[in-house]
Amino acid sequence: MNNLMIAPVVLPLFAGAIMLALGGEQRRNISAALNIITSFALVAISIILLRAADVAPTGVAGVYRLGDWPAPFAIVLVVDRLATLMLLLTSLLAAAAAVFSLARWHRAGVLFHPLFQFMLMGINGAFLTGDLFNLFVFIEVLLAASYGLALHGSGSARVKAGLHYIAVNLVASLLFLIGVSLIYGVTGTLNMADLATRIPAIGAQDRGLLEAGAGILGIAFLVKAGMWPLCFWLPGTYAAAPPPVAAIFAVLTKVGAYIIIRLSLLLFGDGTGASAQFGDQLLLMGGMATVAFGAIGSLASQDMARLASFSVLVSSGTILATIGLGQVGVTGAALFYLISSTLGLGAFFLLIELVERDREPGADVLAVTRELYGDEDDSENSQETGIAIPATIGILGVAFISCALVISGMPPLSGFVAKFAILTTALGAPANELPLAIWIFLSLLIVSGLAALIAMTRAGIRSFWASPDRTIPRVRLIEMAPVAVLLLLCAIQTVEAGPIMRFMQATAQSLHAPHHYVRGVLDSPAKLNDSRGPT
Amino acid sequence: MEIVLAIGIGVLAGSGVWLLLRPRTFQVIIGLSLLSYAVNLFIVAMGRLKIDAAPILGSHAADNINGLPDPLPQALVLTAIVISFATTALFLVVLIASRGLTGTDHVDGREP
Repeated sequence: MNNLMIAPVVLPLFAGAIMLALGGEQRRNISAALNIITSFALVAISIILLRAADVAPTGVAGVYRLGDWPAPFAIVLVVDRLATLMLLLTSLLAAAAAVFSLARWHRAGVLFHPLFQFMLMGINGAFLTGDLFNLFVFIEVLLAASYGLALHGSGSARVKAGLHYIAVNLVASLLFLIGVSLIYGVTGTLNMADLATRIPAIGAQDRGLLEAGAGILGIAFLVKAGMWPLCFWLPGTYAAAPPPVAAIFAVLTKVGAYIIIRLSLLLFGDGTGASAQFGDQLLLMGGMATVAFGAIGSLASQDMARLASFSVLVSSGTILATIGLGQVGVTGAALFYLISSTLGLGAFFLLIELVERDREPGADVLAVTRELYGDEDDSENSQETGIAIPATIGILGVAFISCALVISGMPPLSGFVAKFAILTTALGAPANELPLAIWIFLSLLIVSGLAALIAMTRAGIRSFWASPDRTIPRVRLIEMAPVAVLLLLCAIQTVEAGPIMRFMQATAQSLHAPHHYVRGVLDSPAKLNDSRGPT
Repeated sequence: MEIVLAIGIGVLAGSGVWLLLRPRTFQVIIGLSLLSYAVNLFIVAMGRLKIDAAPILGSHAADNINGLPDPLPQALVLTAIVISFATTALFLVVLIASRGLTGTDHVDGREP
């Protein structure tokens, strides 16, 4: 159990290293097998850790001290509810994407499997680490691998989008470093739990510097989370990335959102002195602007991949705005939404490739333009009665409708439960006491669902109902199965909404009252297998 | 000492930002490099500047730990240098690939 805590970092590292040592292209099948085995092993490990964190009374399953140094002096990995939840989400998406890639995408370029594992290592490490600078290192690992994966398959569209993606993220990383060093300069520590204990005691003369550091750090993460106006790199990159990679990228924006959740509640939650609620207003406003931008963008999208990318923005904006509200119940609902929307978007990115396969490039642009100019040829409609819908199209259509339901938040799938939970928890107080910002946010939430529904209905009609002369895409089982499993998980999330929501609320409780986390890290026992609990 | 370092960081960061906003990929990469130098110097400065202090703990210096510079920012700078070097190299590859595929060195892949 104790050494299992570091397995989500070490396992992908070794798997990737072995794949590199195997020497790539001649032994791609071995790499592929290793990738699948590791991805599924990560799912199992995440589930074990999640259960351990859930039964632990403090919500912290354990603190892994690298090198066994006492906590504030060296790097620690902290396994708590939020971290294990994100680990499970990542590993589920990764397993689905890895299986999907076997059909053809892993042959589109070199070293797909090792890069995939290194990216998983970076993501898992970013979720687990309890040290700010170590977080930087893991983020760089995941970014470096993601640069390679975004360019997987090459082509001028990918290279062009990749160039912007890399430049923006390099600048964000530099901002990250400035923020980290400012915080270190003021507080003298990089351990997140130690920071939480020191920040209330920072004097008034240093507080400006501290808040500047935290703000710069926040900007670096908001770039990754895709908050408007820092999100213009996102649609192009995600739309150009190969589908299995784009499915994993759906989690990358959530890495930024995760760190914002973690740090803003740990360092600037209630009871942290003069800096409490630092940045909450900005998160709320920025999140709402992101939702609006994403909704408008998804209505304006002419192809499905861009539509999905703008949906990523809507999802990320919703989460950022709910963090800005700073209420326990809303945070719990937002975590439920995070899981549901990420699974739905992952499935959608995979599905798009299946639907759009064998279509002439630019068909969507033509379709939307035709719609705009009203150039419909109605005469053909009379002949269409009686054409049987092929089974493949039927299956794809059902999957598409499920994605649309999850993403737009319509019943009966989990997107509806998530949005409903956000609405009810945000409306907790009597109506005349609610601030205007909450009303605007709630209206935006509903309108963005409507926008997503309109955009996806239009895309669906264009792909599934129109053009009788279209070729039926050839879809293999291992391509359809990951999409089906991801959507099934959304369905399970709906059926089991009670227990899952209870877990999310427990997670939100421990996030808003981080003393268990802080004490768990700072009082972690001297030896890893020592059974002494936190004092 | 402080003013020299501050001006140095400012000049590097200013030139870096200006170059970053230029339309040619080569200017962007030089801008990123200059910015990362500025950030590295900034990290060192955050460990407080000390003049004439011993860089590392000697055998007889254990009694005077206050006279020593903070080793942690130096470790951070080393990591940051390695990482920015690696990512710059990677960016260079993408830059050349972009030049080869699009036939131009404009960041948008086409001449305006």
